[in-house]
Amino acid sequence: MKLDINGREHEVDVPADMPLLWVLRDVVGLTGTKFGCGIAQCGACTVHVDGQPTRSCVMPASALAGKKITTIESLGSDGSHPVQRAWIEHDVVQCGYCQSGQVMSAVALLASKPKPTDADIDAAMAGNICRCGTYQRIRSAVHRAAELAGEKHHES
Amino acid sequence: MSPDSGNPMLPSRRQFLATSATLAGGLVIACFVPFGTRRLFAQEGGPPPAPPMDPNAFVHIGSDDSVTVVLKHSEMGQGVWTSIPMVVAEELDCDWSKVRVENAPNAQVYANNAFGIQGTGGSTSTLESFGQMREAGAMARAMLVDAAAQRWKVDPSTCRTEKGRVISGTHSARYGELADAAAKLKAPEKVALKDPSKWTLIGKPTPRLDSLAKVTGTAGFGIDVQRPGLLVAMVARAPVFGGTVKSFDATKARAVDGVVDVLQVPSGVAVLGKHTWAAKKGRDALVIDWDNGAGATMSTEAMRADYRKRAGTRGLVAKTQGEVDAALEAAEKRIEADYEVPFLAHAPMEPLNCTVEIGKDGCEIWTGTQFQGVDQGVVAQILGIEPGRVKIHTQFLGGGFGRRANPVSDFVAEAVQVAKAANKPVKLVWTREDDVRGGYYRPMWLSRFSAALGKDGKPSAWSHTIVGQSIIAGTPFAPVMIKDGIDATSVEGAADSPYLAAIPAHRVDLHTPTSPIPVLWWRSVGHSHTGFVVESFIDELAHAARTDPLEFRRKLLPADSRNLRALELAAREFGWGKPLPKGHAAGLAVHESFASHVAQVAEVSVEDGKIRVHRVVCAVDCGPVVNPMTIEAQMQSAIAFGLGAALHSKITFKDGKVEQGNFNDYLVLRLDEMPKVEVHIVKSTDKMGGVGEPGLPPIAPAVANAVFAATGKRLRSLPFVLT
Repeated sequence: MKLDINGREHEVDVPADMPLLWVLRDVVGLTGTKFGCGIAQCGACTVHVDGQPTRSCVMPASALAGKKITTIESLGSDGSHPVQRAWIEHDVVQCGYCQSGQVMSAVALLASKPKPTDADIDAAMAGNICRCGTYQRIRSAVHRAAELAGEKHHES
Repeated sequence: MSPDSGNPMLPSRRQFLATSATLAGGLVIACFVPFGTRRLFAQEGGPPPAPPMDPNAFVHIGSDDSVTVVLKHSEMGQGVWTSIPMVVAEELDCDWSKVRVENAPNAQVYANNAFGIQGTGGSTSTLESFGQMREAGAMARAMLVDAAAQRWKVDPSTCRTEKGRVISGTHSARYGELADAAAKLKAPEKVALKDPSKWTLIGKPTPRLDSLAKVTGTAGFGIDVQRPGLLVAMVARAPVFGGTVKSFDATKARAVDGVVDVLQVPSGVAVLGKHTWAAKKGRDALVIDWDNGAGATMSTEAMRADYRKRAGTRGLVAKTQGEVDAALEAAEKRIEADYEVPFLAHAPMEPLNCTVEIGKDGCEIWTGTQFQGVDQGVVAQILGIEPGRVKIHTQFLGGGFGRRANPVSDFVAEAVQVAKAANKPVKLVWTREDDVRGGYYRPMWLSRFSAALGKDGKPSAWSHTIVGQSIIAGTPFAPVMIKDGIDATSVEGAADSPYLAAIPAHRVDLHTPTSPIPVLWWRSVGHSHTGFVVESFIDELAHAARTDPLEFRRKLLPADSRNLRALELAAREFGWGKPLPKGHAAGLAVHESFASHVAQVAEVSVEDGKIRVHRVVCAVDCGPVVNPMTIEAQMQSAIAFGLGAALHSKITFKDGKVEQGNFNDYLVLRLDEMPKVEVHIVKSTDKMGGVGEPGLPPIAPAVANAVFAATGKRLRSLPFVLT
């Protein structure tokens, strides 16, 4: 099947029921998206499908033909995306394993709500578990990312 | 294994210097700093302890001025990737922006000075290596100064160092320019360390060095390892601890697209696939007839009943003073209570995994482990090879919390067994269900208290009986950590509670039942239960004495104690005693663990039968501070971890089986429940303590005590149940 991942077309030969997570990690080699629970409970595997935050661990790849899949790798490796900048500024990460998913959930939140309230953040981010408990910094970093994105928008 | 054995995986210091200088065109500083610390690892049963004069290699300076710190500790979130290099860089006077970090290979020279083997845990990293890392940096600096002095034909004492340069008069050279010459010099035997008043990096809030990798998805965790021809393995394990395979039918499993092999291994049946999905589907398709053994009738309810029965009798006495029973008998006011806490899984976000390649020259392992020193020996034993032929490539750990420091190296050993049976490179992956059901839990505990209050409103007698499994029994640590039948970790925070000194008659005794359930250290170890029960029961006594809980603790704790200093700071910053919003109430707790003293005040409300924690003010005295940002992060982290356990988490058994399996029924804290946490660091020049764990013990009792203040209901079991 053909998959559009980060703007590139990938031809993959995988079982129809194989979740996108394993296609990304084991077949395409994009390991930034993480396995945490396998049942859409922890958010570590969050990617965007046509812009919507999606738990890739329960999303069969075969359902994604013609859709745009975006992963953490699409944000670039220099950390210049407003969410990444905010995360670095606020020293959010600890073990870091859940953070790809956290960042992708935050990017999706800001796309739909450029100036989220604490309640918006709670609602959008409660599906992403962090066992290191970086939640407080995530909250403040989402607000900071909103500011940074606003500045960027203003400049351009 | 001596590094001088000629083994290419454990080069001698000379080899290490020569090789590194040749390969990288720079300077590797090798040093060894002897320590008098006790070695926790017993002589027999484990890898041999370090010969006392092993060299060590912690710093590499490249001709491009880069400074690479070779990190012997595992980064699992706690911040060693930043705080340890800070210590080296302080003495080295290098340019902080040029500092890189890499994981050390496994070698005895990288042993944890508190353990005697390579490993990360017990909140020891900074305190066990602080002096050693300072000397590593200072030694590198001294050699660079000597190289510069020789080049310029000046006395070394005329040289100073600054931000990666040696300067003397009008001379100035970058470290990178001097590295080659310095590498040829003899390392000085003794180096002077900076006076703490001259520190510019140690103590300064310093952002993490691993942030960029972790927000771009490029940080390498064990589960991300990719190797040529690597197969992914999953193992079907017995549903009951102690169970074994009677027989199995792999026909359907082998028919799954992508499944390559099915093999029996000591822990169960392994399915190997071309990718994780094939391994999982294949494993789901296995038909296995298990012999569940004696554990099949086990239940948490039956164990709790047994624990209560045991608590009615005297256990082994861990601490005693005075005539406790007589004092309790004679008491006018006697307070009794039972406290219970459940088994807990660590559930780190990265499920357990390990990649293994066995070749003719030895075995290579890629994994996130806290216990390289143990893993190496276990792998060598399985394969019947010299420990020096086991090479461990430590990766970032997606959380550890103790689970990745396993005295029998369970997940590493299992991966090696599978790779050995398959004779192929294998990445073993556990699912979340495997993790939640896979054992090595924080033990279930029962604490029974009986105390008497004297006329002065202070406790006059205290009896504390503890019942729970030992995490140390049966491990190589037993000879050192179990004394007269008492596992020190079972009673830590209880038998050495600072309150006991103020109570004339006191006793702490211990029952240590056994079960097939494997148990292990879980963030803050024994303190994860003793902190809760002691601080809750002290609160009960305060209320029984009609005394403010802060005032009650002031009466019992020495005025100049670090515990009380932390408590006073937390109470002051919280505004203890000041009015709170309607329906809100506050509770406090203070507990020492891992040589640090942490006090917390929690503000809670109970809404619709649910506990809501709004704010936690935390004060920590951990002695000298390396990175305040790390300390703040670790306090927040431990509070979140402990609060999740207090509000939600439990592992229970029925018919021998674990009743939970994933984050839908093994509940942990989520973002919408995270209180606002304020961290205050006590200015302290006292002994350095740890920071990864000590923030955890006070949170459950602080919240429980606050709920009592709000509702009058005393919460004596975890997770909290309000009804």
